[in-house]
Amino acid sequence: MSSDRFQAPDYYQIDDLLTDEHKLIRDTVREWVKKEVSPIIEESAQKAEYPRHLNKGIAEVGGFGPYIPTEYGGAGLDQISYGLIMQELERGDSGVRSAASVQSSLVMYPIYQYGNEEQRNKYLPKLASGEWVGSFGLTEPDHGSNPSGMISNFKDEGDHYLLNGAKMWITNAPICDVAVVWAKNESGRIHGLIVERGMEGFTTPETHGKWSLRASRTGELVFDNVKVPKENLLPNKSGLGAPLGCLDSARYGIAWGAVGAAMDCYDSALRYSKERLQFDKPIASFQLVQKKLAEMITEITKAQLLNLRLGQLKNEGKATTQQISMAKRNNVNMALEIAREARQIHGGMGITGEYPIMRHMMNLESVITYEGTHDIHLLITGMDVTGESAFR
Amino acid sequence: MKILVCISKVPDTTAKIAFTENNTKFDTNGVQFIVNPYDEWYALVRGLEIKEAQGGSVTVLNVGGAENDPTIRKALAIGADDAVRINFEAKDALATATQIAEFAKAENYDMVLFGKETIDYNGSQVGGMVAALLDQPFISNASKLEMDGNKGKVERDIQGGKEVIEVEAPFVLSAAKGMAEARIPNMRGIMAARTKPLKVVEASASADATEVVSYELPPAKGDVKLVDADNPAELLELLRNEAKII
Ligand SMILES: Cc1cc2nc3c(=O)[nH]c(=O)nc-3n(C[C@H](O)[C@H](O)[C@H](O)COP(=O)(O)OP(=O)(O)OC[C@H]3O[C@@H](n4cnc5c(N)ncnc54)[C@H](O)[C@@H]3O)c2cc1C
Repeated sequence: MSSDRFQAPDYYQIDDLLTDEHKLIRDTVREWVKKEVSPIIEESAQKAEYPRHLNKGIAEVGGFGPYIPTEYGGAGLDQISYGLIMQELERGDSGVRSAASVQSSLVMYPIYQYGNEEQRNKYLPKLASGEWVGSFGLTEPDHGSNPSGMISNFKDEGDHYLLNGAKMWITNAPICDVAVVWAKNESGRIHGLIVERGMEGFTTPETHGKWSLRASRTGELVFDNVKVPKENLLPNKSGLGAPLGCLDSARYGIAWGAVGAAMDCYDSALRYSKERLQFDKPIASFQLVQKKLAEMITEITKAQLLNLRLGQLKNEGKATTQQISMAKRNNVNMALEIAREARQIHGGMGITGEYPIMRHMMNLESVITYEGTHDIHLLITGMDVTGESAFR
Repeated sequence: MKILVCISKVPDTTAKIAFTENNTKFDTNGVQFIVNPYDEWYALVRGLEIKEAQGGSVTVLNVGGAENDPTIRKALAIGADDAVRINFEAKDALATATQIAEFAKAENYDMVLFGKETIDYNGSQVGGMVAALLDQPFISNASKLEMDGNKGKVERDIQGGKEVIEVEAPFVLSAAKGMAEARIPNMRGIMAARTKPLKVVEASASADATEVVSYELPPAKGDVKLVDADNPAELLELLRNEAKII
């Protein structure tokens, strides 16, 4: 890829609403992405490899557990800082942001929120430093949008639990050291279990041939009579609300991340349109190109404001699941549409790895599906405003 | 080693440059500021490396108003131990240098480091002036600095080669490319910077020796004319009669 000339758009001077520390954090991650991610990410995506060596750097810039207290190795930051970190990571690549999201919100968060002190001390510091990779197993082959129907289950065998079942579409599965797995007990209640690599009967086959999130490893978690020690059960919360609580935190990060991807596409399209001449003029001078660019910056600005307000609500502990759904749905869709339009502005160049556009566009096809599909989030909003569930 | 690194704040390299008040003031509206890269990437990082190898402390110093605090915090996040801001709106190099020298005199630093120039006004003056005011040796444009106890071995890139200099601390030095590799702060550093001391010192008496009469932007770039590679005569004709440069 040609050198990363990214310049972040801030049409409404939203920077003025951030603290100096927010800006320092964001600029630090931005600098790190320019130096470490942009130069290599295209090749990783082409080769379908996760650039594992980045984990140390992601940890250093606070990407693993930004809001987890420092005593457990987290960065102890507020929710806006967390959002800004995700925004900048996804500006680089959705796969890199996914790695950070899963580790932070789907692995560290449940261990911190629902785990006991021993579990926190055992797992969180190693996850925060990037030494360990975590994964989160909720989705099953036959239960995606409807996770409560899951069939993975565990039995109490006296001195351990016996876990059976299979999870699918699991980010980091092939490389994870630990997995937070959701399964039903004998009375059908959902609990979280920490499964470690090396436990007998636990395998993680890889899902090959993806056209999306290629710089992120995806696979299955398969449990064939896995003996899980009793101390690996997360004791402090059970029921579907437990995994959904993790998803709230991750979706919030995705709402910010998507803006990062959109900003990258817009920035590239804007620059390209000024430099590319056709009919003896920069294509930026044509009305149809301007319409695309003007709509992009309008949508980005709206999404930035949505995120900031949601971040404030989250800092105050007031953000609802439904508000987070709205932001995830709106922002990912907006990013995907911007990626498609930006690709058109780049003409033929837009399909090559010289520009980040096609990679963002394909990545966002996963992002719009995982963590609740675009339509499922719409139904969440619909149910919230009407009081009627349209899920079944 | 007791090290002082002087840092200044400059507009981000992508900032739009404009002037106000009859072209006598830089228009800061909407401009993002950064730590001057020569100060941050080379002087500060080399100062930190020397401290990490031999012990001691690194203090960063800025002359300016409270609006400079974010840039100072960044230097603390990168690793400086503490910071001093001399609360003074300096208009020229001598006034700035006087403030720094007055402060540094009492502190007995082993070395005072600067970047070779700021990327906005490109003055390259303050370091030399501070050295003169402190009556210490000054080495400009250094691309390498190794300390052996109290002795510094310095390299400078000169026309067609290199100059190697020895100098005994205390000294003043301005750093150029090659001196160190830029560091990105990490989250631990950013959090530590929250509580590192940033001392605000009131200015001592100093006077500006010069006054800016006006600023001017370079002429706007003209249109590009493409000349066919097979037609050098047209190129010559354009250079001669249109551009009038040959
Ligand atoms: C790259 C990638 C990484 C992933 N990582 C993880 C991970 O780490 N951990 C994890 O647990 N999961 C992960 N997932 C799984 C992801 O969360 C699911 O794919 C998602 O929840 C959708 O489930 P599904 O694929 O089974 O689709 P389905 O649920 O089968 O949905 C198919 C379509 O039907 C629609 N639909 C379903 N129900 C309704 C309804 N009631 N009304 C209207 N429309 C409906 C959906 O909106 C969608 O358009 C990942 C997925 C991908 C692609």
